[in-house]
Amino acid sequence: MSEVRDFVHKVVPDWCPGCGDFGLLAGLKKALPGVELEPNEVMLVSGIGCSSNLPGFINTYGMHTLHGRALPVAQGFKLANHKMTVIAVGGDGDGYGIGVGHLVHAMRRNIDMTYIVMNNAVYGLTTGQTSPTSGLRMKTKSTPFGNPELPINPLTLALGSGCSFVARVYTGHVTQLVDVVQKAIRHQGFALVDAFSPCVTFNKINTHDFFKTNVKDINKLGYDSSDIHAAFREAAREDYIATGIFYQKERPCYEATEEETLHVPLIDHELGLSEEDQAQLMAEFI
Amino acid sequence: MDRKSTFETEAEERVRKSKALVSAITVRFAGDSGDGIQLAGDQFADTTAVMGNDFATLPDFPAEIRAPVGTLPGVSSFQIQFSDSIIFSPGDLADVLIAMNPAALKVNLAQVKKKGLIVVNGSVFNEPNLKKAGWKTNPLEDATLRDFQILNVPLSALTQTALKDQPLKLSEVERCKNFFALGMVFWLYSRSRDHTVEWIKKKFAKRPEIVNANLRALEAGYNYADMTEVMPVQYEVKQAALEPGTYRKITGNEATAIGFITGARLANKTMFYGSYPITPASNILHDLARHKNYNVKTFQAEDEIAACGAAIGASFGGELGVTATSGPGLCLKAESVNLAVMAELPLVVIDVQRAGPSTGMPTKTEQADLLQVMFGRNGESPIAVVAPKTPSDCFQMALEAVRIALKYMTPVVFLSEGNIANAAEPWKLPELDRLPKIEVNHPSAGKGPFLPYARHPETLARPWEVPGTRGLEHRIGGLAKADLTGNVSYDPENNQRMVEFRARKIARIANDIPEATIDGPESGRLLILGWGGTYGVIYEAVRNLKREGITVSHVHLNYLNPFPKNLEKILGQFEHVLIPELNMGQLLFLIRARYPKVNASGLNKVQGQPFQTKEIEEKIKSIW
Ligand SMILES: Cc1ncc(C[n+]2csc(CCOP(=O)(O)OP(=O)(O)O)c2C)c(N)n1
Ligand code: SF4
Repeated sequence: MSEVRDFVHKVVPDWCPGCGDFGLLAGLKKALPGVELEPNEVMLVSGIGCSSNLPGFINTYGMHTLHGRALPVAQGFKLANHKMTVIAVGGDGDGYGIGVGHLVHAMRRNIDMTYIVMNNAVYGLTTGQTSPTSGLRMKTKSTPFGNPELPINPLTLALGSGCSFVARVYTGHVTQLVDVVQKAIRHQGFALVDAFSPCVTFNKINTHDFFKTNVKDINKLGYDSSDIHAAFREAAREDYIATGIFYQKERPCYEATEEETLHVPLIDHELGLSEEDQAQLMAEFI
Repeated sequence: MDRKSTFETEAEERVRKSKALVSAITVRFAGDSGDGIQLAGDQFADTTAVMGNDFATLPDFPAEIRAPVGTLPGVSSFQIQFSDSIIFSPGDLADVLIAMNPAALKVNLAQVKKKGLIVVNGSVFNEPNLKKAGWKTNPLEDATLRDFQILNVPLSALTQTALKDQPLKLSEVERCKNFFALGMVFWLYSRSRDHTVEWIKKKFAKRPEIVNANLRALEAGYNYADMTEVMPVQYEVKQAALEPGTYRKITGNEATAIGFITGARLANKTMFYGSYPITPASNILHDLARHKNYNVKTFQAEDEIAACGAAIGASFGGELGVTATSGPGLCLKAESVNLAVMAELPLVVIDVQRAGPSTGMPTKTEQADLLQVMFGRNGESPIAVVAPKTPSDCFQMALEAVRIALKYMTPVVFLSEGNIANAAEPWKLPELDRLPKIEVNHPSAGKGPFLPYARHPETLARPWEVPGTRGLEHRIGGLAKADLTGNVSYDPENNQRMVEFRARKIARIANDIPEATIDGPESGRLLILGWGGTYGVIYEAVRNLKREGITVSHVHLNYLNPFPKNLEKILGQFEHVLIPELNMGQLLFLIRARYPKVNASGLNKVQGQPFQTKEIEEKIKSIW
């Protein structure tokens, strides 16, 4: 049995003090032992951004890929080595901007993995430009007169793309976060967790105080998370900001449709060129 | 002609025909892209393989699936040279052209030898078709074709006659005319029909009426040729003296697919193939997708970036990651390939080059991605580059790409070409147990901390650990890596060291690849230096010139980065080096940069078409 300390890594996070990403890091370290995972059984894949530095701060296998490209690498990895638990992480620019094409396809493809987006509604690492989740009229470095674009709604996008697990948390609410992340990991299929994770340096609107006063955990309100219409409604509402598991419905994941090659992880296949193999291969050549 | 005389030829009715033995023949089929030209060509090539000739093919088709009927851009063609001796090129000019319509005649006329035979489908040489093809007058009725032997055969009408009692729609009957034409060519060159008969039966097994119709059309064409007086001579090309063994016809893309399956097997690895469809690389994906039973996982990604990223993820996961594309897709993959350079993971990137820039001419061939694969990534980013030189050579070079990627923990580009990908030649099946195994070691946890960037003293490759192993947890990525630990590092000296390590690692591959070999004298006035798919034409040009008393040497490169160790020495032995390439001088650029003392010049062509032997010969003569 693992414990939180097994996941602690000696590299100290370089995030600004108070950055929301600390909350997710702490929550992950708590969530993993709770779902009975050892450090060697977890693969964390990230893109590029402040948030994408997270795999460097936790003791698991990890890969810090390219801006927006965590999901392709994570999916290829999972298909090769699918006994591992694969968790991709990154920012909203990474996942909903440059990488949003991959996200849509990953959701409909439904490979068994979890994707957590630390959503701070701004580009942190590049020092505060507007992001795909920045509010209309929000002033940022790149939009000094206000953002002219409507923000993306990642939850309705996910619901419309066939995502089989759709959730949102605020990283300051660690108990809820741990619970949702554990359920996302246990979910068989692609799970999206949109995690409000305030950028204390570049976003003066979506602050810790803002979320503390505005979010409401819908799972505490007798909500039915198998009802996709209810999920769309909650995801789109404007009177408060809903958090929790909006939608969960298991359907066969990609791997299940590829039984033949994937019932054993590919890397564990019996290989080599037996005489039988050779005969078969030669027959194929002719 | 009535059906009786077509099908039940009476011996006494026959015109007495003579038979002539020839050494090599070039046949060209041409028609609308919907006329089944490629299919007829393939069948002719298959039969030629079965009959034991050496051969090389040149398919050429438009990018549109069905370009407007009867137009010049809609013309598809298939050329094959077959011979009783070893050949590597599909021939320059055809001995016989089968032109299914006026447009096909117009586009292909320049590709026929003087006095060559042109079989035209007279049924469709009418006003509207002539106009669409840009003929002002009917070339069958004026002097346009006086340099050729013309055989005007109403192919459509004869096919209809032959199939008139068949339960088929007229459009279906019309589609059988390629088999009528094929039957005629089979007769002309004394080819057996058996292979094609079997193929038709198998291919259309679910539709017996189509089987019947095609078989009849084939037979009718064969008999027509036998009967007609316009084909007085039947030709025969004897078997070529190929090395003993079992042969099959193989295209470059088929050999590529089989090569990578075999390479992964020899390395005891499963293979992950991430790809996004693109001409002319797609049929590698189709071939591999049928081979799941060989532990190949194919993954059609949402774009090339994802295809390459997924292959990299699979490589980190412990598989052989392979991704394939053509020029436009290669541009998209550049950033990901660089991630594999920094993470030092094995990865094979197949680039089947096509004519660019941009979307260019998707179905046409070119060799203009060489500098892109060498330099088209940010930062100092050396990777290995290999290039097959003929369709069957794709097999061998695929094994090499796998070996180098795994042994040196590096991306390797397998630089193929449209012309190699679709062209076919005979391939001798390898003896699998004679192929050298590719050794791969995965470390297990030792006593001290795991050092993911501790290098092998000889190859400088880092260890390839498989995630999941207890005690080896570590993180890699695209940020600069500290020597040994692989931790993120901004240390200036460390960065210099790591950049140099990666460069030296690639350079050391030169110790591990075959030296370049010279065809011809080892020194002299002129060396022809080629790479990739120009092999066949250069080989034949050099051979032809030798017969004329002009002796030049030929070196052909399979390894473009690093170059073979002895290349500099070889180049130094010649007064002049001529580099023919299907680009504006990219290998020339590399050679001049690396070996500035070498007196090199180029022969360059960017028409989407391969060189003809004659073009190489003329250039050699002009500087000789
Ligand atoms: C291809 C590419 N384009 C741009 C960048 C520069 N870049 C790095 S991080 C980033 C955005 C970061 O924002 P986000 O993903 O929201 O993460 P955060 O830093 O806010 O956690 C950008 C544009 C890059 N690294 N790569
Ligand atoms: S800039 Fe913003 S997102 Fe980045 S570490 Fe600082 S607070 Fe966090």
